[in-house]
Order: sequence, then structure tokens, then C-alpha cells
Amino acid sequence: MGLLSPNVSITRYRVQGRLDDPVLENIKKALKKFAISDIDNDAVEKSIGWTSFEQPYKPEFEGSSYLFGTHLVFSLRIDKKSIPSKILKKHYAIEETKRLTESGRQFISRNEKKLVKEQILHFLSLRIPATPNIYDLVWDYEKGKLWFFTNLKAANEELETLFTETFKLSLIRFFPYTAAELEAGLSNAERDRLKRLSAVTFAD
Amino acid sequence: MLDIAIAYNRYRFLGDEYLTWLWFLVENESAQLNQLDKDLTALEIGNRMVLENRRNEAVETITIKGDEAGLEEGVLALKKGALVNEVNLLYRCGDQIWQFNLKGESLNISSLKTPETGKVETKEDTEGAVLEKIYLYDKVVEFVERSFRLFIKNRVSDKWEKKVVPQIREWLSNSK
Repeated sequence: MGLLSPNVSITRYRVQGRLDDPVLENIKKALKKFAISDIDNDAVEKSIGWTSFEQPYKPEFEGSSYLFGTHLVFSLRIDKKSIPSKILKKHYAIEETKRLTESGRQFISRNEKKLVKEQILHFLSLRIPATPNIYDLVWDYEKGKLWFFTNLKAANEELETLFTETFKLSLIRFFPYTAAELEAGLSNAERDRLKRLSAVTFAD
Repeated sequence: MLDIAIAYNRYRFLGDEYLTWLWFLVENESAQLNQLDKDLTALEIGNRMVLENRRNEAVETITIKGDEAGLEEGVLALKKGALVNEVNLLYRCGDQIWQFNLKGESLNISSLKTPETGKVETKEDTEGAVLEKIYLYDKVVEFVERSFRLFIKNRVSDKWEKKVVPQIREWLSNSK
């Protein structure tokens, strides 16, 4: 979901750790290293990587294209090929009939079935283009805060994995416990009380 | 810090208590909200509220939605032991309005609609539009962070049991 969309969803993170100087240069290098790879002409089902906010279909991190004011703005792109089960079934049935006719056998073994399916998946994934999903993010490096513009669980998990791999920094998602621990400025005594809290009811 | 996955489930009730407390402030203690955020003109409950009652073995969910929907069912659900699980809020600042959903267990913000911004017609407009949007999103994010901070400070203090819980119970018993 896009930062400039009329309606947005935001998942908030704390970024822990600092990058070596020069920070911007290191961010650019890391983004380039983990930029999305196009898989339309490859027999690969899924590709995940960074892309630029303004040119999501042609990742470009030159100059300060990822810098907006004091914020770093770029996107996570997840390309996935979805092969409809009916197409898979059709191609499998054709190949199975062909093999049985050619060999004069009544059936094909379980291992051969598996092999045929893998070959068909390989063949189809070369012909079916990947569907791109783009999720923008805003990173305030100085404050150690990051907004990711989707609440989708799978996309957030991919972000956490790729971000850590790319920048070697840990990303902590905000939810009640982490917000209390990291954002509320609790004293040690208050933290002890937090550990012991249990749910309250307002019912009579 | 606790393991993240364990902590998420162990403390999910805190998010629901926070939203319930926020509703109480909206109805009864709006001055506290104004102290928290000087730019805030008013905070209102919007067109959707989801409550969950986890007191019994089966989880009971009550959803109230619609622009003209009354919240009496919500009050009744609270009286029976439910807590607010998700709420749509209207944040007013002067004549500008932000509308968004806030979910208790994750503190996730969704369907956030900000006051209208200028159209992006050329490539040169993009940077200004991005910075304007970041500024507008920050108003809501900042409000959520500040109000949660106030809630959690109250929640880990004696004030919670001695003052806040009785006040919320009193509000409920006085509500029809």
C-alpha cells in the first residue's frame, strides 16, 4: 500500500542499532545489494527485495532518490508467480496421458508424478509473469523509527527478515508490550509492575 | 525484554484496556486528551467499534458500525466484561479531520484518512507531497504514542486500581 494513497495502514517499528559512517552511503550500498531481482524470465516463483519509491518497477538508488527531507523513503517489493491450480491440472493431465500412451503403461509411479509436476511448474513459471506487490516505508534514522505502510502479517514478516539481513539492524514491531517497554519511559519499579500485570475487568 | 511472540499474547489485554480507557476519556475526561495534545480540538468515536468478551471460554465479539450507530450496545458489552478490541476514531484539529482505525492487540493503525492534500501532477510535486503526508501521519502516530504512554503510566501505578477503574465502573453504571 502506498504512502500517497487516500487511505493507509501503518505498522510502527523501532530500529535498534546504528550504521557505520558514512550512513547514507552505506544505506545506498545495502539497498543496491538487496534490490529486487526481476524473475519474469526465470523459473523462480518468488522474489523479494528493495525498490525505489518513485520508480518501483525500475529500482534506482542513485543520488539522493531515497531521501525526502530527513526521512529515508523506499519500498519493499514482493514479486510472486501464482500458477492457477486448474492450469497446473490441465498440463499435468496432458503430460500423464502422453507418457502412458508412449510407454503402454496403465499408471505412473508416485515418484514420476512428483517429477512431472515439478517439470510442469518449472515450464509454467517461465511463462507466467510475477505479480508485484509494493509496500512503502518511511525510516526516520535519527529517531530510530520506521513506518511500514501495511498491516499484512506476511509482508511485515518479510520486511523484518530482509531489513535485518540488509542493514544488520534489528527491527522491533510496536505492540502493547514493546510500546510499554521501549516508549513509555518506565522506571525499574514500573517495569517490575508491568511484568506482573494481569487483565482487569470493568464489569460489576 | 521478553520473547516477542510470547509478549504479544501475554500482554494483548493491555491494548484492549487502553482502547476502553480511551473511550472513557472521550466520554468523560476530554480535558486530559487536550492536555496530552495541544493541537487536538476533539477526539470522537467514529463509525466502528469492535468489542470482545474473553471472560468465558468462548470469545464473544460485538461489532457496532454505521455513521449514526449508538454505542449503548458497547456500554452493555463492557458491563458484561467485554473490552474494546478495535475502534474507529476521529481526530479533529481546527477544521481538519483525521479518521482511522486503531487495533488494541497490535496498536496497528489502519484506514487512516488525513485532511486533503494537494494533487501530485508533476514529478517535482512528489517530494512536497511525501513530506506533507509524513507530517499529517505523524499527528496521529504521535497522538497514539502519547496517549498509550499516559495509559501505561497510569496502568502500572496505584492510581489505576484506586482511581481509574472505579471511575470507569461509575461511568458504566451511570450509562443506560
